[in-house]
Amino acid sequence: MTTAAARGPFFLVLHQARYDLLAVIRNRQARFFTLILPVLFLLIFVGIFGNHVVHGVKLSTTYVPGLSALGVISASFINLVISITVQREEGILKRRRATPVPAWVLIAGRTLASVVMSLAVVTVLLTVGRFVFGVTLRNAALPGIAFTVVVGSIAFCVLGYALSTAIHSEDAAQPMVQAVMLPLYFISGIFIANSNIPRWLQHVASVFPVQHLANGLQNAYDPTQTGVGIVWTDIGVIAIWAAVGLAVALRRFSWLPSTAS
Amino acid sequence: MRAEPVVSIRGLRKSYGPVEAVAGIDLEIRRGEIFAFLGPNGAGKTTTVEILEGFRDRTSGEVSVLGVDPARGDTAWRNRVGAVLQESSAEPGFTVRECLQLYAGYYLAPRDIDETIALVGLGEKVDTKGAQLSGGQRRRLDVALALIGDPELIFLDEPTTGFDPSARRTAWDVIDGLRALGKTVFLTTHYMDEAEHLADRIAVIAGGRIVAEGTPGTLGGRDSMATTIRFTLPPEVATAELPAELRGLLAGEDGPVTLTTHTPLVHVHALSTWALERGIDLPDLDVRRPALEDVYLELTKAAP
Repeated sequence: MTTAAARGPFFLVLHQARYDLLAVIRNRQARFFTLILPVLFLLIFVGIFGNHVVHGVKLSTTYVPGLSALGVISASFINLVISITVQREEGILKRRRATPVPAWVLIAGRTLASVVMSLAVVTVLLTVGRFVFGVTLRNAALPGIAFTVVVGSIAFCVLGYALSTAIHSEDAAQPMVQAVMLPLYFISGIFIANSNIPRWLQHVASVFPVQHLANGLQNAYDPTQTGVGIVWTDIGVIAIWAAVGLAVALRRFSWLPSTAS
Repeated sequence: MRAEPVVSIRGLRKSYGPVEAVAGIDLEIRRGEIFAFLGPNGAGKTTTVEILEGFRDRTSGEVSVLGVDPARGDTAWRNRVGAVLQESSAEPGFTVRECLQLYAGYYLAPRDIDETIALVGLGEKVDTKGAQLSGGQRRRLDVALALIGDPELIFLDEPTTGFDPSARRTAWDVIDGLRALGKTVFLTTHYMDEAEHLADRIAVIAGGRIVAEGTPGTLGGRDSMATTIRFTLPPEVATAELPAELRGLLAGEDGPVTLTTHTPLVHVHALSTWALERGIDLPDLDVRRPALEDVYLELTKAAP
């Protein structure tokens, strides 16, 4: 038998991603928050606010990209922070580091698992949107959606690694990520359309990456736009956040339980 | 030809601010031996092991594990070392087999998965998820994960803490099995019976220093320590009636009669001869060599 390690780093990353993905899929809580809740939100929002046409666009069409952003953040940031914190505090990360697997492979594998989940949840939202609510998008912009999802997912994974360094117990992980994300969801046009949010609050939100991810995903649904649907200004802000997250993670991330120092 | 030691430590020190957790220790562990590292909590045991495993930096001293400085241990080195860490949970979502498949993938030349599962006695549990395993079964899975890479050296950090006696026995059999595979084992424990049962050699650390080193039989001068003879006399017989040569060995006032001697055979003979002549039965007669635990408590008492 040739092992993943023997076949090279690329296969080792795939090996790690496969098991990390399996772990997420087997975790009921992760499955619900990542794959089911965004779809549930879509059904509820359309149920509450209706699916009438505003400015030539169905209301559901504005929810799909926003909830896609929420799905990407769930699959990347929230899910990763919780699982990494638990694995670190339970000594699972330390045990993995006691094997020959390089640290970057563990990080890349876990990130790849989040990217796959992000693509999956966005695909589910697009499918439900199209076939249940008749949400349409410019087909030419599909590569742009995929690109934005991948970049967004990687960036929020990096931010997840950075935030996990500030959490010192497994119990604190879930409240911490929600405390960070819930306010941002409200001011970034995920739950409430940007047109209903005061301008100053939109400016506050524009500092953070959530609004830019939602905005970047919105482009493909906008019939007045053309092109592949990549909004480079939004990608740029997301990338700056990722760079900051990377700097924090590189300085502070630890594989050992915080109690063991 | 004298083989190069598997682990060699010279003048190892580790300070946390003003506190010296490890205050200059020297150790050498030879290929194929089971070495037990004993010491009270906070004595520097775990710090030392984590330095050897490459998880912690040292303040000073020379350390070589399989010829490599663990602070610079690379992938090739990690392929030769296995570790059962003190606190590490099972991967909750994976079955025993999946867990081993994940870890086997990390190594260039792992052991056979089913054979390794059988070795630690989890054959019945291959398809059970980590979360459903008992404490003892999880620890055995830990041992299997440390073995899967077919390492030359295995660190076992308190592998049986929290086990019931029968699970402990099973774990001992597994560790004994490692000896048969020719592995070198670095075991830390605070169970004396465990060290006595498994170890070829023991070192005791207290207050960051090695206070004794030897085989289970000779550690801390155990082989030259006095043997205790204990028995209860019937109520109508007074201690003063014992033969003079035994009265001189009396230790302690209360409870059963306690004698300490360096020539137990002579004095047991004297006692039994006297008792048989007087027609006295001594049903609770107990002759005991000093336990490893007594030696250990004596050795670690002085240290802060």
